Amino acid sequence: MKERELRGLVGKVKAGKLSRRGFVQAMMAVGIGAPAASQILLSSGVAMAQSPSTYKPTKRGGGGPLKLLWWQGPTLLNPHFAVGTKDQDGSRLFYEPLAAWDPDGNLKPKLAAEIPTKENGGLSADGLTVTWKLKQGVTWHDGKPFTADDVVFNWEYAKDPATAAYTIASYQDVMVAKVDQYTVTVKFKKPTPFWADAFVGTRGMLIPKHLFADYIGAKSRDAPTNLKPVGTGPYMFKDFKPGDLVTGVMNPNYHQANKPYFDSVEMKGGGDAVSAARAVLQTGEFDFAWNLQVEDEILSRLEKGGKGSVSVTPGGNIEFLLLNTTDPWTEVDGERSSLKTKHPTLSDPEVRKAIALLVDNKSIQDHIYGRTGPATRNFLYGPPRFDSKNNPIEFNVDKANDILEKAGWKKGADGIRAKDGKKLKFVYQTSINQPRQKTQAIIKQAAQKAGIDIELKSVTASVFFSSDVANPDTYTKFYTDLEMYTTTMGQPDPGTHMLQFVSTEAATKANKWQGRNITRWQSPEADKLYRETEAELDPVKRAASFIKLNDLAIQNQIVMGIVQRPTVSARTAKLNCNISGWDNNTSDLSDWFKDA
Amino acid sequence: MQVHRVSRQYVIRKILIMIPSLLGISVVLFALLALAPGDPFDELATNPAVPPEVRAALRAKFGLDDPVWMRYWHWLIALLQGDWGFSFVSRMDVSTLIMQRLPVTLIVIGASQILAILIAIPVGVLAATRPYSLFDQIANTFAFIGFSLPTFFTGLVLILVFSIQLDWLPFVYRADIAATGWEFYWEHIKQSIMPVAVLGLFQGAALVRFVRSSVLDVIRLDYVTTARSKGIGERKVITRHVVRTALIPVVTLVALQMPIVFSGAIVTEQIFRVPGIGSLLISSMLANDTPVVMGVTFVSACLVVIFNLIADILYGWLDPRIAFR
Repeated sequence: MKERELRGLVGKVKAGKLSRRGFVQAMMAVGIGAPAASQILLSSGVAMAQSPSTYKPTKRGGGGPLKLLWWQGPTLLNPHFAVGTKDQDGSRLFYEPLAAWDPDGNLKPKLAAEIPTKENGGLSADGLTVTWKLKQGVTWHDGKPFTADDVVFNWEYAKDPATAAYTIASYQDVMVAKVDQYTVTVKFKKPTPFWADAFVGTRGMLIPKHLFADYIGAKSRDAPTNLKPVGTGPYMFKDFKPGDLVTGVMNPNYHQANKPYFDSVEMKGGGDAVSAARAVLQTGEFDFAWNLQVEDEILSRLEKGGKGSVSVTPGGNIEFLLLNTTDPWTEVDGERSSLKTKHPTLSDPEVRKAIALLVDNKSIQDHIYGRTGPATRNFLYGPPRFDSKNNPIEFNVDKANDILEKAGWKKGADGIRAKDGKKLKFVYQTSINQPRQKTQAIIKQAAQKAGIDIELKSVTASVFFSSDVANPDTYTKFYTDLEMYTTTMGQPDPGTHMLQFVSTEAATKANKWQGRNITRWQSPEADKLYRETEAELDPVKRAASFIKLNDLAIQNQIVMGIVQRPTVSARTAKLNCNISGWDNNTSDLSDWFKDA
Repeated sequence: MQVHRVSRQYVIRKILIMIPSLLGISVVLFALLALAPGDPFDELATNPAVPPEVRAALRAKFGLDDPVWMRYWHWLIALLQGDWGFSFVSRMDVSTLIMQRLPVTLIVIGASQILAILIAIPVGVLAATRPYSLFDQIANTFAFIGFSLPTFFTGLVLILVFSIQLDWLPFVYRADIAATGWEFYWEHIKQSIMPVAVLGLFQGAALVRFVRSSVLDVIRLDYVTTARSKGIGERKVITRHVVRTALIPVVTLVALQMPIVFSGAIVTEQIFRVPGIGSLLISSMLANDTPVVMGVTFVSACLVVIFNLIADILYGWLDPRIAFR
């Protein structure tokens, strides 16, 4: 669907000629998912329909205990220090942001009275200011009122580099000001299309000013409240043993009527994913288990008992293959894979095309990941509004052979293709992880049939994913021809995700290999597209640029999506919970309940 | 029976030797941990949302940028003042973390040690008094099976049978149980049965073999024959004369195993989610939380050294033939 047609439809909805539902259906017909469609309407000034609440209980409490099983337990409970999802999920039992992301990638108000839009004056036309109206009458667990001062304080706390908050990136470049007791503004230095970062979702949880004010900056680690959270959330803190157990009791003054349903909550940690799945699906000892990185085959078997079910929540995490654009085997100025080099064989686009034809995503999904890894060629696939339809999966060994043959890569006596004395021999690295080794094997086998020799290398995860500048085997150094890992996308906005394709982000010795562009791809065209997304306030045009950027990278075989990595969790049969791939597992905990 | 006096000089000398050996152990542990790959703030480096400055600030805050010898020196000085360090990951004192885990560890691992001893001594003694009898053969077979099967296997089998098939016992250990009175104890016992059984049987199996061979050694000695020829009943010969002597090495062995009670059982704790020291150690290792790893391993090392001393002293006290010089 062209941009102009889209705008026509939006206009009809605005004029009341087309219903929201009609619009969403029209969009679905052309392959734009419901969430994307509603986002388009929202940004075009048509109020977002709150997804109808499915919450049934008519009074607060009475639901007994809610037992959550996280096979890695939370180790700290200050949301500004919580880097891992386990810590954020644990903090989220007690703390809340202004707004949360729902499963469709839309905002749902928590401590905000409403979601800022252009219509309600929350978003300025120039994209420089967001005005948040806070919910009134909310109290912290200790009875003190929640006000604009708390919101401003969180900004001051997180942006101070001495505090060393993990959330600093969301706060350091904005200005936050109190307008009145229940209104704050967030001001940006330049027009910012993705404004819903500070105070929203995983990095937006708010801590109380009156308990943290004395512990800002260097003293941050000494705050007693770091270990005894006092928030506004549906449950109040009871006990915490790092790595083992977090417990809470119902907040009798929670700011939403009839919530929460459960009298208490406990989050148990430790053990492994398979037995966590068992404790929910087979014995029913627990109500919910998180992040089940378990083979789908095993999950399906456990599900057969009927005590619970597995849910797969789509997000943006992607397991993908990277093709080095630089030469990993030549050292220049003390670094391999230097920007000053070109890969000896992968620089031939025909070789890249052939490799793309040798990646059998479908088999990888069918034989390895199942429901937990739907095949995709895209690097950017979620939320659905960014999912490109232009990159079909093609696996064809004959065609790959053909392409290589035509490009002059001839098979030698050893069956390996070569040209001008350069052989098609590659080293392909990833971390040690069974599904990854199986994937490597599938790709190696196909490559062999096309006369490409692939040497497999697997590195211990703790080394591969480390930032140790002295170690040559880290994924950011990328001292091999091919590599594979999963990159996570924590927010429904692809801004950071797509830095992978920006020239200046190349990982090099100069930036201690902390750049986000691991393949070191240098493309003026990609840079231009990325710059467009940074300034474009119109979400429709912006999404189009992101899709183009994804297509450019995929069609030049810079990277290749292998499978999506959705969040997999297990719940007992009676538990009703909405899990969002764009926010913490516990982001909607206030609305969880069990069928009677 | 005359109690042999352990000379005070001997004990003092032993304690003085402990100090350099503990220092040596701490140097080795610290150096190993410093050399090991990984960094507690690694997770930050792979997280696009966290700017590198935050990581740098944290490293500076926790003194990770100092040279190794300086970090060791700070650690040692703090330790002498009773400060075990500060966890990078949980942002709390290492001693608090260890103390949180200690009661559960002592209860579960302690109970399994007691179970092991309670099984091993009677079975070992009985097997040795009737060598190569049917009972001995059966006991031997089970002992072999017992210590050949790894705990992760027996643990899983028990879970499959008692939790999943029969649905009798829970397999997730919970340190705080929301119950009072008898129910509280009953719940605790119920959840402890499987981990205690797995560990107790594993250690008991090895101990059975040890007790058996130790009793067999003694039972052939002349003084036992003398006792028998004096007309003392078989039962009395075994309990009074044989077991007493035969158990001397067993006591040493058990004393040396005591530090294990503290350091927990990593595998079993992991399977049953027992929040003990072992699971603290493994999760801290995985998170590169070096102060905690250092704390736990060093406490274990101290206990090993101390219990070695205790075993030495006990040995001399039980066996007057040993002389201390």
